[in-house]
Amino acid sequence: MVEKSIHEINRRIKDGSVNVVTAEEMVGIVAELGADGAAKEVDVVTTGTFGAMCSSGVWVNLGHSEPPIKMQNVWFNDVEAYTGLAAVDAYIGATQLSETRGMEYGGAHVIEDLLRGKSVDVHATAYGTDCYPRKQLDTTITLDDINQAVMMNPRNGYQKYNVATNSSNRTLHTYMGALLPNFGNATYSAAGVLSPMSNDPNYVTIGTGTRIFLGGAQGYITGEGTQHDPTNDFGTIMVQGDLKKMNPDYVRAATLHGYGTSLYLGIGIPIPIINENVAQATAVSDADISTAILDYSVTSRARPELGQVTYEELKSGTIDINGKEVPTSSMSSFKVARKIAGELKDWIKRGEFFVNMPVDRLPLDSLVKPMLQTQETPLVGDIMSDNVVTIKQDASVHEAAKNILESAFNHLPVVSNTNSIVGIVTAWDISKAVAEDRYDLVEDIMTKKTITAVPGESIDVAAYRLDLNNISAMPVVDKNNQVVGIITSDDISKLLARRC
Amino acid sequence: MKIKINVATDIVVKPIIAEAIIETGTLLNISQAHINSTKGEITADVPEDDFGKFKDALTSRGAEVSVLDKPILRDEDECVECGACISVCPVKVFTFGEDWSVNLDEENCIQCGTCIEMCPHSALTLEH
Repeated sequence: MVEKSIHEINRRIKDGSVNVVTAEEMVGIVAELGADGAAKEVDVVTTGTFGAMCSSGVWVNLGHSEPPIKMQNVWFNDVEAYTGLAAVDAYIGATQLSETRGMEYGGAHVIEDLLRGKSVDVHATAYGTDCYPRKQLDTTITLDDINQAVMMNPRNGYQKYNVATNSSNRTLHTYMGALLPNFGNATYSAAGVLSPMSNDPNYVTIGTGTRIFLGGAQGYITGEGTQHDPTNDFGTIMVQGDLKKMNPDYVRAATLHGYGTSLYLGIGIPIPIINENVAQATAVSDADISTAILDYSVTSRARPELGQVTYEELKSGTIDINGKEVPTSSMSSFKVARKIAGELKDWIKRGEFFVNMPVDRLPLDSLVKPMLQTQETPLVGDIMSDNVVTIKQDASVHEAAKNILESAFNHLPVVSNTNSIVGIVTAWDISKAVAEDRYDLVEDIMTKKTITAVPGESIDVAAYRLDLNNISAMPVVDKNNQVVGIITSDDISKLLARRC
Repeated sequence: MKIKINVATDIVVKPIIAEAIIETGTLLNISQAHINSTKGEITADVPEDDFGKFKDALTSRGAEVSVLDKPILRDEDECVECGACISVCPVKVFTFGEDWSVNLDEENCIQCGTCIEMCPHSALTLEH
């Protein structure tokens, strides 16, 4: 068994004799020399990843104003930051949106602007106290003007991530990018062969206190990340680093259309090859890492899995989903991940970066729990009206008008002879037909593309769909497309009013 | 070659594209057309040899014709070469190179605009 101490590796870094390779290069080395030979040969393996890391942000300390203020609320370029702390400390979160520019500018952009040396407008308000009398403050700062700017990210560096696709018939805008209808594409994230945690899945050398490459500077892992889920190979890390020392090439603001802002961040973790088990783990290749394809059209935290796929397949450009060849897009940059692993390798070779063993191990057996919800969320089936009146598609417009008058609804689901839903007519459709002197059949004036709900879905999802389509009612159908009720925005508002 | 045809309000109802095609025998391949009651904007391919006469036929009927040299523009400073654009493009303008660079074959672009919204770094724009 090859055993190497951290002290020994660091001595080699210091005297320049260290052998460092990237995790990509290591795959071939272990294949050639075996884990034993590779452990003797290689001292450090570098990894890298560069992608959207939403759970990121920066602590700033602005210094005290004259007269002093205890900021109760603060905005940086109209992006609100968290101030539930001492007087002039604030946390700029990457996904907080600008109150004036919306999704095109957010906390991530403030962070990148600061790093690029740009001026940032600060507006703060306070209630005023004997020790902090000031109630308002406006100033303009740059990164050099503030005391600390410490990046502290509660969840970064996912070991791997699931693949997103969309079985529905409309384009979805998600944090995994645009997902085209009918499995039009699939998107993935994380660096596969270069992914830091996938190269040390037992978290032997990656743990609390590990010195890392963070945004182009030296940073540290401070512990397990939130939602750290080693049981499912979805480990995460919490990290910290000095924004003032970072490089804007590796700290990049992003807007995911229809979702919001995020921060593309570069992280590289060195893995000291202390024994052959650690060496063996770094031989992991794209083909060894598989992940689940999830259908993002299902608006539930438990999205159905459509299969497993490896990073090798994902990177080939197409994957197979239910027999269909689906093109893939990476949301994270493998090219930049490679650059990070390479840069970290250079730092170590030049004796500018030393490795260390963690001061504490990351949990290996914890699980992520879903939220405990103490208030039941009502389902569509609970609040829909089941005394819905339908009309046959070959009925006359006159008959439809009568049905609407006799029922309590402005919407009439239209059904076929087998009672399957085929469309919807509204009082407005009928008025329009009458105004235009068109006394046709219902099927000639109905809206064919009907947005429907199912009894088992949450009313929040139904309300979102009403909103999205700018409509006020949806027929509720069972799995055979038979109309079993109708749900209106009135039903939902009444319920929400009761809740408050 | 890729061209853009702009048709003003007063002539948008006239079949000038069809007339120009019949007159010149040009094999026009329309890739995008946005036409409403106030204006028409059409992106299309024409054989290079036919461009001159086709342009004349259209401009004499009141349309404006411009050449799209680079239908899609990439801001190299913003692009991080993630490849998000690759899977949403219907005509495979974007591909990964050997070194995982994102290559751009702009000639294929039909200006559908899907990649513009997909790009997390707002690095892509359409030439107008």
